[in-house]
Amino acid sequence: MSETLSPNIVKARSGLAKRLTGSDAIIIYILVAVIIVSMISVKFFASTLTVGFLSIQVIPILLIAMPMALVIISGEIDLSVASIAGLTSAVMGVLWRDSGWDIGIVILVSVLVGVVCGVFNGFLITTLGLPSLAVTIGTLALYRGLALVVIGDQKVANFPKELNTFVLSKIGATGIPVVMIFVVIIIAFFAVLLHFTPFGRGLYALGFSKEAATFVGIRVGQAKFWLFVGTGVVSSIVGVFLTLRLASAGPDNGTGMELSVIAAVLLGGVSIFGGKGSIPGVVGGVLLIGVLTYSLRLAKVPETALIIVTGSLLVLSVVAPSIVSWARERLRLARVHRVVQQTSSSGSPHA
Amino acid sequence: MSIDTARPPVHTDHGGPLHAVRGFFRSREIPVAGALIALVIITTLINPRFLSPQSVKDLMLNATIVIILAVGQALVIITENVDLSIGSILGLVAFGTGSLFNAWPGVPIPLVFLAGMLFGAVLGAINGFLVTAAKVPALVITLGTMYIFRGILTSWAGSKQYFSGDNPKAFGNLSVDVFLGIPIITIVAIVVVIAVGIFMHSVRAGRDLYAIGSDRDAARLFGIAVGPRVLAAFIASGALTGLAGVLYTSRYNSVGALTGSGLELDVVAAVVVGGVAISGGTGTVFGAAIGAVLLSTITSSLTATRVDKFWQQAFVGMLILAAIIVDRAVSVRNARKLRVSESRDV
Repeated sequence: MSETLSPNIVKARSGLAKRLTGSDAIIIYILVAVIIVSMISVKFFASTLTVGFLSIQVIPILLIAMPMALVIISGEIDLSVASIAGLTSAVMGVLWRDSGWDIGIVILVSVLVGVVCGVFNGFLITTLGLPSLAVTIGTLALYRGLALVVIGDQKVANFPKELNTFVLSKIGATGIPVVMIFVVIIIAFFAVLLHFTPFGRGLYALGFSKEAATFVGIRVGQAKFWLFVGTGVVSSIVGVFLTLRLASAGPDNGTGMELSVIAAVLLGGVSIFGGKGSIPGVVGGVLLIGVLTYSLRLAKVPETALIIVTGSLLVLSVVAPSIVSWARERLRLARVHRVVQQTSSSGSPHA
Repeated sequence: MSIDTARPPVHTDHGGPLHAVRGFFRSREIPVAGALIALVIITTLINPRFLSPQSVKDLMLNATIVIILAVGQALVIITENVDLSIGSILGLVAFGTGSLFNAWPGVPIPLVFLAGMLFGAVLGAINGFLVTAAKVPALVITLGTMYIFRGILTSWAGSKQYFSGDNPKAFGNLSVDVFLGIPIITIVAIVVVIAVGIFMHSVRAGRDLYAIGSDRDAARLFGIAVGPRVLAAFIASGALTGLAGVLYTSRYNSVGALTGSGLELDVVAAVVVGGVAISGGTGTVFGAAIGAVLLSTITSSLTATRVDKFWQQAFVGMLILAAIIVDRAVSVRNARKLRVSESRDV
């Protein structure tokens, strides 16, 4: 009813203004503010060491957040990511210990684990049409369980020293880890995929309305299938990274990471309903949690306060937009009311 | 499918008693209960000591807390929401119970239960309020409150732990003493299951939860107060989690900052295995309870049959997937049947 009136009453915001006030932009402003405040007020924060520690710490979550953002934008969810990382780590450890293969081949085969896990998730969700939340709770337990089956409660730690030093090595004096180059490439890949390809644009349509997406010719099943393969592969890469960074393969690598990843993605402005979100926002969300955690820790704020901050940020990030939109809706309705009254009172003498 | 279970009395009545029997065997709980019975029989055949009185008692004690949590979670999932913060709520209430006994050693035990449930209900109300007021999916809100509640607990508890030795003997005995061979705390769980089960099956407010879960907008059009009902479901879930937290303190050796962490997904898994669809509107708390028993029994039965303990979690995962697939198959079949019968009615 009132919607038909709105176009000429409420002016649409222009593209640039929208981009500068969107939820992902706000996250980035907050991130910049947190960094500046930390640099001024937290001792030792403004140093290249910070960059190094911080990057090494956020890389796993940053990587998985990329495909996870795409999955959530398309209206699904994947809770099995941390278990895939754990299974990859277990497989990698056992292969390295028992097969006598070259480490390169071991890593390649380990990443295949992620492909298989992702294909299995995708098969259950798209071919059988099961809800992804339920399926990935199941595979969360299954993959973690298989990791235990593969490696038991043992640890494999005798990976080549060079690889561990490579993972921890920095680019010159900047403090940025060399692996960050690969991370940036992966982020760029997903950013381009989501924002500049028909496939990526289709994901928004898909998350917004599955039926509508089908009607405009998006192959819904196929798109979703590849998304789950994507989360599988990236989770495996993270499994390999964690194994090399800790120089230890065990069944419990990455436990509990799934919820941190999802928290970061949602904080970055991706809507859990699907159909909304952007890669810059997600990167901002991950870094915000990372920087905040790191600087509070440097400032000797107790660890416990950190979890409260993460949780509150998450709740705030979803509650705040609702409050804003509620207020905006009230204002709009009030304005519409006024206009309608005016037009009806000015129109009545003629009738 | 959702329509079918949302109004069973209407459907089963006009077919007479035979129809009711058939409906009983077609219900979602039967496959789960069947799996549970098969599991117990097979395990007992391999290891007869599996059904010795002591072992049965342990089985019941292990299942008790998950049963209560699953009943609470089922209420929330039936309304097409989910509560991921229950692990943290349980931890807070359990630690609170320990602190209460520490501060006031002579506190009457019923009062402890009341306080625990009230504490849980308040925490549940926070979730429910955020979910209904902000109109944001419960998954996100409760993921946030999971962190917040856990953070509050860890800053409250620090490295402090309360051990069962610190609590009054009578309180600890609740999970030792038996009545008719059933531990007292398990009786509490059974009473909870039956009471909530009857409520969900026969009371208006309970049926409303199904209606909200199958189609929220239709429920609103129908005049159901969706917001207050969902809020109530979260409060009930919180109170039940609080009850489980008090029982946890009685049952287990120590409570501290980490109590109950990671429990949320186990409980959701139990509920899903029990035939409560994650998309809301279907399933019963009886099913959820059986799912909880099945998941807790499978661990003991794998131990009893000397299956490599490393296989346990993988089995749980396969079970969850099997449950969802069966569920899907049943609902596809029912939907087809419903379509045929409806076209005949016209």
